[in-house]
Amino acid sequence: MARKLPAKDVVIIGLGWTGSIVAYELADAGLDVIAIERGPWRNAPTDYPPGYAPDELRYRIRHELFLRPEQTTFTFRNKMNQTALPIRTWGAFMPPNGVGGGGVHWNAETWRFLPSDFVLRTHLNERYGAGFLPEDMTIQDWGVTYEEIEPYYDRFEYLCGTCGQAGNLKGQIIEGGNPFEGPRSRPYPNPPQQQPFAATLFAKAARELGYKPFPQPSGNMSRAYQNPLGVRMGPCTFCGFCEWFGCGNHSKSSPQTTILPALIRKPNFSARDNCEVTRINLDASGKRATGVTFVDTGGNEWEQPADLVILSAYTIFNVQLLLLSGIGKPYDPSANSGVIGRNFTHQTISDVVSFFDPAKFTFNPFIASGAIGTCVDEFNGDNFDHGPHGFVGGGYMGQVQTNGRPIETTPVPPGTPRWGAQWKKAVKENYQSALKPGTGVHGSMYSYRDVYVDLDPTYKDRFGRPLARITMDFHDNEIKQNKFLTDKFAEIFQAMGAKQVHKEYRKAPYDVTKYQTTHLCGGAIMGTDPSTSAINRYLQSWDVPNLFVTGASGFPQNAGYNPTGTLGALAYWAADAIRNKYLKDPGQLINA
Amino acid sequence: MRSALFIAVAVAALGAGAGTCRASDLQDFAAVERGRYLATAADCGSCHTVPGSGRPFAGGRMIETPFGVLAAPNITPDRETGIGAWSDDQFDAAVRGGISRNGARLYPAMPFPYYSRMSREDVKDIRAYLSTIKPVANAVRVNRLPFPLNLRTSMLVWDQLYFTPGEFHPDASKSQEWNRGAWLVQGPEHCGACHTPKTFLGGDKSSETLQGSTLQGWTAPDITSGQGSLRDWTAEDIATYLKAGHNRHAAAAGLMGEVVDLSTSKLTDADLNAIAAYVKDVSGPAQENAGSPDKDVISAGGAIYQDLCSACHAQDGKGVPNMFPNLSEAATVKARDPTTVLHVILQGAQTVATDREPTGPAMPAFGWQLDDAKIAAVATYVRNHFGKAPAVSGSEVRKARTAETARTN
Repeated sequence: MARKLPAKDVVIIGLGWTGSIVAYELADAGLDVIAIERGPWRNAPTDYPPGYAPDELRYRIRHELFLRPEQTTFTFRNKMNQTALPIRTWGAFMPPNGVGGGGVHWNAETWRFLPSDFVLRTHLNERYGAGFLPEDMTIQDWGVTYEEIEPYYDRFEYLCGTCGQAGNLKGQIIEGGNPFEGPRSRPYPNPPQQQPFAATLFAKAARELGYKPFPQPSGNMSRAYQNPLGVRMGPCTFCGFCEWFGCGNHSKSSPQTTILPALIRKPNFSARDNCEVTRINLDASGKRATGVTFVDTGGNEWEQPADLVILSAYTIFNVQLLLLSGIGKPYDPSANSGVIGRNFTHQTISDVVSFFDPAKFTFNPFIASGAIGTCVDEFNGDNFDHGPHGFVGGGYMGQVQTNGRPIETTPVPPGTPRWGAQWKKAVKENYQSALKPGTGVHGSMYSYRDVYVDLDPTYKDRFGRPLARITMDFHDNEIKQNKFLTDKFAEIFQAMGAKQVHKEYRKAPYDVTKYQTTHLCGGAIMGTDPSTSAINRYLQSWDVPNLFVTGASGFPQNAGYNPTGTLGALAYWAADAIRNKYLKDPGQLINA
Repeated sequence: MRSALFIAVAVAALGAGAGTCRASDLQDFAAVERGRYLATAADCGSCHTVPGSGRPFAGGRMIETPFGVLAAPNITPDRETGIGAWSDDQFDAAVRGGISRNGARLYPAMPFPYYSRMSREDVKDIRAYLSTIKPVANAVRVNRLPFPLNLRTSMLVWDQLYFTPGEFHPDASKSQEWNRGAWLVQGPEHCGACHTPKTFLGGDKSSETLQGSTLQGWTAPDITSGQGSLRDWTAEDIATYLKAGHNRHAAAAGLMGEVVDLSTSKLTDADLNAIAAYVKDVSGPAQENAGSPDKDVISAGGAIYQDLCSACHAQDGKGVPNMFPNLSEAATVKARDPTTVLHVILQGAQTVATDREPTGPAMPAFGWQLDDAKIAAVATYVRNHFGKAPAVSGSEVRKARTAETARTN
């Protein structure tokens, strides 16, 4: 029997990026806010001190910062007629754990989606005609436009201190930035990081091929910065231990380095770490959340009553908790009905490894940061005419120099033995003169009727709850997209003067053991129609109006960019709606 | 306004003599609020509260002195174990006279030689504030000193030598701001309790006021101007440091972090400017010649610095303003005594987070990673190259390491 705690105004489930943002905004509005976080508290300087944080074996190989599969996992299958099996070691994506969530281990590539991405189905149908999209593709419009959330992108970027070169300032195209981006109301808060040699070479070759390269927007600081909350960050030192690692130098945007120091000073905010929410409780009507039930590390069950519930865990846990709590109709792909679990997506990533003449090229791959590099955006979203190509979607591609770490980054030409003297010789020869971009081709993955999340019929977690089951495979559209983009990407490295360019296309079936980013999206998507979306344009549950669901679980499909900028913007957008609309008149904000 | 009022009260009390005072009213809101501010300025909560206990002023915190450990008593209004049954006279005698309710002499871990500079009215307001605190029953065994120091009669001699009772006397030749600052520094804030060098009996060396001392594993650095360590700090630098815990040169950690957190960050800007104006006017001597450390040690230390320290403090040692200290201007780096430098290298240090500067960066510990010789080399490099301070030997590091392990607080 759960013991009941004193009621709070707001309970936040998961204290990552979006949980921290909404917690700060609502505490700032004077509400009594508690956050419940499954993992440990993490503090930038003491949990990732520069003395031992750059430990590739501990953090990269042994997954120090991530959830342990033995704690909870998912089951996976490619096709609906297969039996899903539990994932026992993380591969394709890395479920974060602990305060800060994925904002601790990310590369800090801080993008905005394209204006057309938010009205994707409408836009593509208008441009290419209704019959152009594959029949089973279930992409939707978001219910918000780029123009509406632009001020919130801006807030997130100024919170993070994002470093970049504006390409479109209030409609004016700026030389050196991304000309395809939506209009931004002001420049980035900080200039781009200085670009390493390989990135400048990439930029030169890309320009010669007619593209407009630009430095990737980065949350690795190009200089010291103090954000609007008064929190300070230090300049990045290009140590090359960014993705998979925490940054103890306060040089990478993360909840720890941008918002938590200000949040924890608020007397009306508190947090419980190492406590796992097991369900969102509803009243007898099923239309109102009464709070949450959670379990502490001692196995004790507690009930935390609250007037407002914010579900801000990692994508797939948001979906699972909704299903386990009986909120919203579960998605049924056969009947094509229900909403919780539908439009689940990931990313379509590939890379090109190129080998240059060691006598002529020295790239110093260890001069690196998570997001440092130069990109082109000509083949993202609908920035190019898809008519002749027979697919939709795209991605940015770039020479992003994330690391030269000794275990992970030892590119050798195809055909080299995988161990022994020949391998060692090849590593030595190519370490300084091979390029293996940390990001490469960063393609979209659009949504399909048979790609979804539901509850596994067989496997259960340690509390006896069904595991979330992922059914996911690549569709022809994404495979074609990736072939096209990877070939274009490789041309740039040819133009840079590589003597050998090796293309690593992404191929079907979707392989859950191969890392592709942690950008799982969808499953509890936003939209304008309650029959095809779980939450409205303000991220408010259609079914339980005092529940808001933040994070990438709300994306109806995934664009060809990293999702953090967009989920941060949407968190500010939702928090603003709660502060200025919901609190004045609690109830459903949209009459559908 | 508030500071002007304090001056007025202090001056009025001086003029009228120590014996006169207003009728006692512990419910007087204005008195309680003045008392809250003075108790903050006097940082009573720091010693009289066990950090993190959630029991403010209930005592029990161990105070390390060169002579042994004392526990701070309970000063909540609990009648049995606190000061609830004390009269105002008894409270005043303790705070300003160093004499306990039972007539015994207090040890100067209680900074009564400083608090003596406050007026009877000030202390009564503090009492009024303390009377509003939740009473906590917590019997504290205060005296844990070894024989014969545990005999409080030993304090008779000490008081004769080092205790000059009496309120603060304003210097008419100085500005009102200067006098306010002097009163805060010499009185409630008791800055000299840590920053003034001590005799072998623990009394202040009054000729070396604020020229730096060492206590509880930290260097309380020289904070004098003139030729002293704060020569290149402006008054604004000092006020910013006290308010925010950080400025363009340095960051507060350890004991000073606590002072900023509990006391100075909560003072008015006018009072901080007053403290800064006064401190800038206290002149100290130039650093002594540091000598020339061994070239090999400097080059080894420089290599370690480059590898482990430069990411935050930068290659030129200038760090990041308000975030990572500038090693050339941080007073603890310049100090003759390397205690703080060794402390933060060995154990790391959490800087204070304040409303003005919420970030609170921390120095990581390197004691687990570097042996005594390496720490001596990097400490010598940092102190000598940036701070023009003397070299540190491996045996000093070994001693510091042992002392850190033996610490009680």
